Amino acid sequence: MRDEGHSMERHILVILPHPDDEAFGVSGTLAKSISEGAQVTYACLTLGEMGRNMGFPPFANRITLPAIRKKELEESCRAIGIQDLRVMGFHDKTIEFEDQEQLDARIEGLLKEVDPSLVITFYPGYAVHPDHDACGAAVIRTIGRLPQAKRPPVHCLAFSKNCEEVLGKPDVVNDVKVFLKQKIASIQAHRSQFQAAELMGNGKTKEKELQERFGRERFWTYRFS
Amino acid sequence: MQLINPTKVQQMINAFQGQDLYIHLEMTTGAYAAHVDNTKHPAATFVTNATIRYIHGSIAGNAPYRVGLKMLNGWLYSEGLTHWEETETERLILAGHDSQGKLVVALHLSRRPF
Repeated sequence: MRDEGHSMERHILVILPHPDDEAFGVSGTLAKSISEGAQVTYACLTLGEMGRNMGFPPFANRITLPAIRKKELEESCRAIGIQDLRVMGFHDKTIEFEDQEQLDARIEGLLKEVDPSLVITFYPGYAVHPDHDACGAAVIRTIGRLPQAKRPPVHCLAFSKNCEEVLGKPDVVNDVKVFLKQKIASIQAHRSQFQAAELMGNGKTKEKELQERFGRERFWTYRFS
Repeated sequence: MQLINPTKVQQMINAFQGQDLYIHLEMTTGAYAAHVDNTKHPAATFVTNATIRYIHGSIAGNAPYRVGLKMLNGWLYSEGLTHWEETETERLILAGHDSQGKLVVALHLSRRPF
């Protein structure tokens, strides 16, 4: 297990399908790497325009949600310190139905342009939401086509119920307790999606509980066969 | 979004009668329904920018509300509507939110594409 997971990364390319996918699983790791000098490009495939959370009480609707979520995403990126956000313009819920060649070509373009030292995405098949799985599959497919020597390492997020059973324990566990402030700010930026009470246990959650809930981020390094 | 005012919604339904309209119609349990509780059956469906024309329509019930639009060759029906957007004067924006504020159902009508 590597606890200094992303230290010394030059450029991390994060590819996830929804605004807020970065908040719980990756934001601490990114804030940490950025503090150590890394560049981060975050390609967010959709604007999460089909999300069912609209604030509580609801302040958004299907028409206003995309613009609201884009602003939330930008705020989250500022909180983390992400230097380069790309909104890729795909439609929520449709990644698995997209033209694969077109999707892969966009990802290939990013890889060529950014030349990342590390890629972070969802583990295909173990990421619960169909968009997560399809996003991860497209990234793995595209990187898998590169010659072995040119493939950047890929750290995958997984949270399906069976993920540890099948994949084993995550091989990268990052301690991000020092970066909880950035992480909480990233989560809170998505105010249409997460309610403070739900998140903070009605404001009574102690610092220690927050550290236990949010202080570690787990990844599985993808093994290309 | 505000709680539905059925009188005002009925006025808008009347104003849209007999015209070609773009619709967004949706119902969802959420993509995580089965992940959170494996006895749940996750389902979602939506159609955006299909066009319809109705010969008459009305809102019924008492919070949550139902809307039925009678078309020349069929019906559009939606149940569980709780909220509308009162600032929208050219589009009818109706939605049903559960007790946690999550969207369950949506029915939107507009003369222009969404």
